[in-house]
Amino acid sequence: MTTTESAPSTEYRVIGTNPVRPDGVDKVTGRAVYGADVRLPGMLYGKVLRSPHAHALVKRVDASKALALPGVHAVLTNADFPEPLEPVMQTVRGPQPTRWDTERILAGRKVLFRGHPVAAVCATDPHVAEDAAALIEVEYEVLQAVATLDDALAPDAPILHDDGLASLVDGLFDPVDGKPSNIARQFTLGFGDLEAGFAQADIVLERQYETAMYHQGYIEPHNATAVWNRDGKVTIWTSTQGAFGIRQNVARVLNLPLGDLRVIPAEIGGGFGAKNVVYLEPIAALLSRKTGRPVQLTMNRTEVLEATGPTSGTRSWIKVGATKEGKLLAADVRLEFEAGAYPGSPVAGGARCALGPYVVPNQRVVGLDVVLNRPKTAAYRAPGAPAGEFPVESILDELAEQLDIDPMELRLRNCTALGMPRSDGAVQGNIGAREVMQAVISHPHYRSETVGADIGRGVAMGFWQNGGGESSAYAMVHADGRVTLVTGSVDIGGQRAALAMQFAEAMGIAYEDINSLVGDTDTIGFTGNTGGSRTTFATGWAVYQAAMDVREQLEQRAARIWECAADEVAYDPSDAALHGPDGKVMTFKEAARRLPGTGGMIQGQADIVSTNVGKVGACFGAHIADVHVDRETGKVTVLRYTAVQDVGKAIHPAYVEGQIQGGAVQGIGMALNEEYVYDSNGRMLNASFLDYRMPVANDLPMIDTVLVEVPNPGHPYGVRGVGEVPIIPPLGAIANAIHDAIGVRVTSLPASPRVILELLDEQAGGA
Amino acid sequence: MQALKYARAASVDDAIRLLRDGGEAARVLAGGTDLIVQARERRREVHLLVDIKRLAETMVLAYHAPTPPDAPPGFYIYPGLEVGAAVPLYRVYGDPDVQRHYRALVEASHVIGGTAIQGRATLGGNLANASPAADSIPAMMALGGVARVVGAGGTREIPVAEFCTGPGRSALQPTEFIVSLYFPPPASRSGSAWERFIPRNEMDIAVVNAAAYLAFEGDTVSEARLALGAVAPTPLALPDVAAALVGRPLDDAAIDRASAAASAAARPISDMRGTEAQRRRLVGVLVGRVLRKAAARARGEEVPA
Ligand SMILES: Cc1cc2nc3c(=O)[nH]c(=O)nc-3n(C[C@H](O)[C@H](O)[C@H](O)COP(=O)(O)OP(=O)(O)OC[C@H]3O[C@@H](n4cnc5c(N)ncnc54)[C@H](O)[C@@H]3O)c2cc1C
Repeated sequence: MTTTESAPSTEYRVIGTNPVRPDGVDKVTGRAVYGADVRLPGMLYGKVLRSPHAHALVKRVDASKALALPGVHAVLTNADFPEPLEPVMQTVRGPQPTRWDTERILAGRKVLFRGHPVAAVCATDPHVAEDAAALIEVEYEVLQAVATLDDALAPDAPILHDDGLASLVDGLFDPVDGKPSNIARQFTLGFGDLEAGFAQADIVLERQYETAMYHQGYIEPHNATAVWNRDGKVTIWTSTQGAFGIRQNVARVLNLPLGDLRVIPAEIGGGFGAKNVVYLEPIAALLSRKTGRPVQLTMNRTEVLEATGPTSGTRSWIKVGATKEGKLLAADVRLEFEAGAYPGSPVAGGARCALGPYVVPNQRVVGLDVVLNRPKTAAYRAPGAPAGEFPVESILDELAEQLDIDPMELRLRNCTALGMPRSDGAVQGNIGAREVMQAVISHPHYRSETVGADIGRGVAMGFWQNGGGESSAYAMVHADGRVTLVTGSVDIGGQRAALAMQFAEAMGIAYEDINSLVGDTDTIGFTGNTGGSRTTFATGWAVYQAAMDVREQLEQRAARIWECAADEVAYDPSDAALHGPDGKVMTFKEAARRLPGTGGMIQGQADIVSTNVGKVGACFGAHIADVHVDRETGKVTVLRYTAVQDVGKAIHPAYVEGQIQGGAVQGIGMALNEEYVYDSNGRMLNASFLDYRMPVANDLPMIDTVLVEVPNPGHPYGVRGVGEVPIIPPLGAIANAIHDAIGVRVTSLPASPRVILELLDEQAGGA
Repeated sequence: MQALKYARAASVDDAIRLLRDGGEAARVLAGGTDLIVQARERRREVHLLVDIKRLAETMVLAYHAPTPPDAPPGFYIYPGLEVGAAVPLYRVYGDPDVQRHYRALVEASHVIGGTAIQGRATLGGNLANASPAADSIPAMMALGGVARVVGAGGTREIPVAEFCTGPGRSALQPTEFIVSLYFPPPASRSGSAWERFIPRNEMDIAVVNAAAYLAFEGDTVSEARLALGAVAPTPLALPDVAAALVGRPLDDAAIDRASAAASAAARPISDMRGTEAQRRRLVGVLVGRVLRKAAARARGEEVPA
């Protein structure tokens, strides 16, 4: 059930409706072309040979037997990569030696995680390529694996990055006590006077928490198809959230001019942040250069789990001080995030968001980015925030319990608001945090009693700042009044529909009259990735501007037809018509029909850049979870679940609801049964969907949603990003519900049956 | 996946011949839900698939009630349930006779994989694959199942309880395969039940599974069979624990004793699916649950799965 909490709007015609998505028929009939469906004449199939060791020196790679196998065309190693022209690259998580990126893609001197690519081969069919990969001989000198945070931070820990390249970047792997370390970066956020804050507090709590490493679990594995033409032009088809990001990353490691590289985004079967990283693309390109043939590579599920970018396992420590009325006075937070084999965990996101929903006058948040022998982490839906906010939402629940204050009421007493500072120094814009909390308190779910033994309820908040960035759009008006709308935003959540709807609204025309397409790097202007909950906001804004451009050009055209000044003509979307002097009217359709004879067809276009945090509407969500715990088996069953969220303005409410439900389910997975299980040698023991336990449909009740609409004044239609925040609250909400049900506090997620049984044993032993 | 050949057996003898000629790397193909996955992941060397799905003998599904005492002289039908080794699970649990008389089998086959898997997967494949965690094997053991096997050396019967000899290993000799599975008719006042524990509700390998069959005379247990999965190198029949239930009423104390004895008899290991201690505890819990359920069913109560 979706509830929308805002005045019914007569303001909009298209926005707020739920039309069918343009890609729907192709997807349900199996016609949609995903990356692995691409077929080119003479195409070869590649296979990556991966390290069985988590940490080892590569002494020798001998491919002679593989190359001798009939059907095999080429073998690739790191030696085939050019020396990067730019020794240091910028990443979203800070600068890094470029060489490390080529070594991440194909290992050089060392392998740093199990599954690390060591060589790649291509052949006439995928089975021959598999056989050939098995024939490549690699000699390793196995090194001690740095398997856990404790291993990584031990004073005598083996050092992962001992090649000296870290010195290219200031502040990267600074020595600790004069010795090299595995701490890539450390930083501190905050303000106020911590000591004074704690000194005034009536109550101070201090706790430690852990979360496991989790994978995004998108259905479609990574894939890449590349053609390196004789003229030096390279084309890549891939499953990605952003063609321009892939172009930049591939160009950087292959020293290609941007103009020589075209990246075509295929339909995508899920990404959740992780499909902004290149894995197979440069390998496919280099194999194509070697063979002169198109080359395609596709990962299997084990490769996806072992060797792409999950999110960090984390450890956190938190201390909070409050008055007996529950007013927070001070908070001290320390977050230690596993980056994986290379620097760049989302610890900054966790640190920025941990205290996000609350006003805490004295605060410090310390973040550590620690490398260890696991795959390099990648973004995962609100990167860092679920693990960053879990400790806060857990300790607030304890605070509420100890102070005997309703847990949502306690949060409301500390609710952040317009103009309040965030941990990272930014100031909150026009936000709906209070509205969300109030919607929870008045919701029938929250007001109902939990009935039955071992049943409990928990609540938790989530905050995510959302992203802006650059987006382009153009709109071609056809003579029959139809419009083709092209943007650079890969569609992973119904964006083609949500963007067309905004265009239709701006023009006053029907959604069905718009053909909404995704362009590639050569056919549309620069557009950032579909990520950071930015697309409906930023690309929607570009689309709106493109509509304004069309309107202006139509006005000029009408002025020419009517022989008047352009400023005497106005386009009115409420009747989709141009209005001129003396009551002259020309509908959009009529104007379109006359375009060929009055100066030619027109195209509207726009390229917008939005980085202003005040304009990018931040997002808040609150979840209510009811669970039952089976005391005999330790199994937790979610009985009822309600997700309340400020969505700004829901362009397509059904898709917004889908985003919220999907995010909630992924968060519930983190809370209950998902986790990377490693042995002490850094080998993943559950690299399949059988044993990496994401929730399945019958594990869950229907997730009810409440869409609270507090429009974002920074967007023409009030949009704020909605896709990420819903993954944040479930961790705390479920843990708090478990406590309410059986009286134990889960401080280490996931709360799998084994963990619950152990906690119940402790409880029984302690009583 | 490596290149492989496929052959459809035209008769039981044809299947034996194909298996003999194909040697070690020839494998019987039923639903393929284990075999194809193993071949694709190169966990098993396979060069020839011998499909046994088109044989009358492997596709039979028939139940015969015991011959009534007043039947005419000379009238006798071998009573019980015969399930061809290639009959897909959805037909097994969808069969009204199976539903009436063999509830443990319904419960186990209903949760193997999902709907799509159940359209192809078979009891024969689940047994021959000999996974220690296989879901249907403890149910088949509790129901007194017998595998009817043929091979170059002729036919023989192997009780399901003796079929598995180690993880992925069975009593089958080269060229032998299962034609069908036979289950005796249940006693008139009897019931069976099967349960497994998995952290999710679907698509998981059992951390522990358990099955029970109980028959009563008056309040007294007259017959009992109990079996466990995922707690030893093979699915585990517990004849001694079951025997201790016979000859007395099934009260709470008896159930607790059986649970404790089953926990002690289990030989679980710790792996990423569960620890040894967790599995032992779950054995006790599940044995209690299946005994209670089987007893309620024997009393004629409707107990949902
Ligand atoms: C997604 C998925 C979920 C699954 N879930 C479960 C589950 O919940 N519980 C569970 O127990 N299993 C599960 N399985 C495993 C599998 O489905 C079962 O073991 C199934 O019963 C195997 O039957 P099959 O007919 O597909 O066997 P096949 O794959 O055809 O054969 C399996 C093995 O037995 C041999 N074999 C098959 N038939 C015979 C015969 N008549 N005589 C001799 N040898 C034979 C084959 O050569 C092969 O070695 C799952 C599998 C998948 C892919």
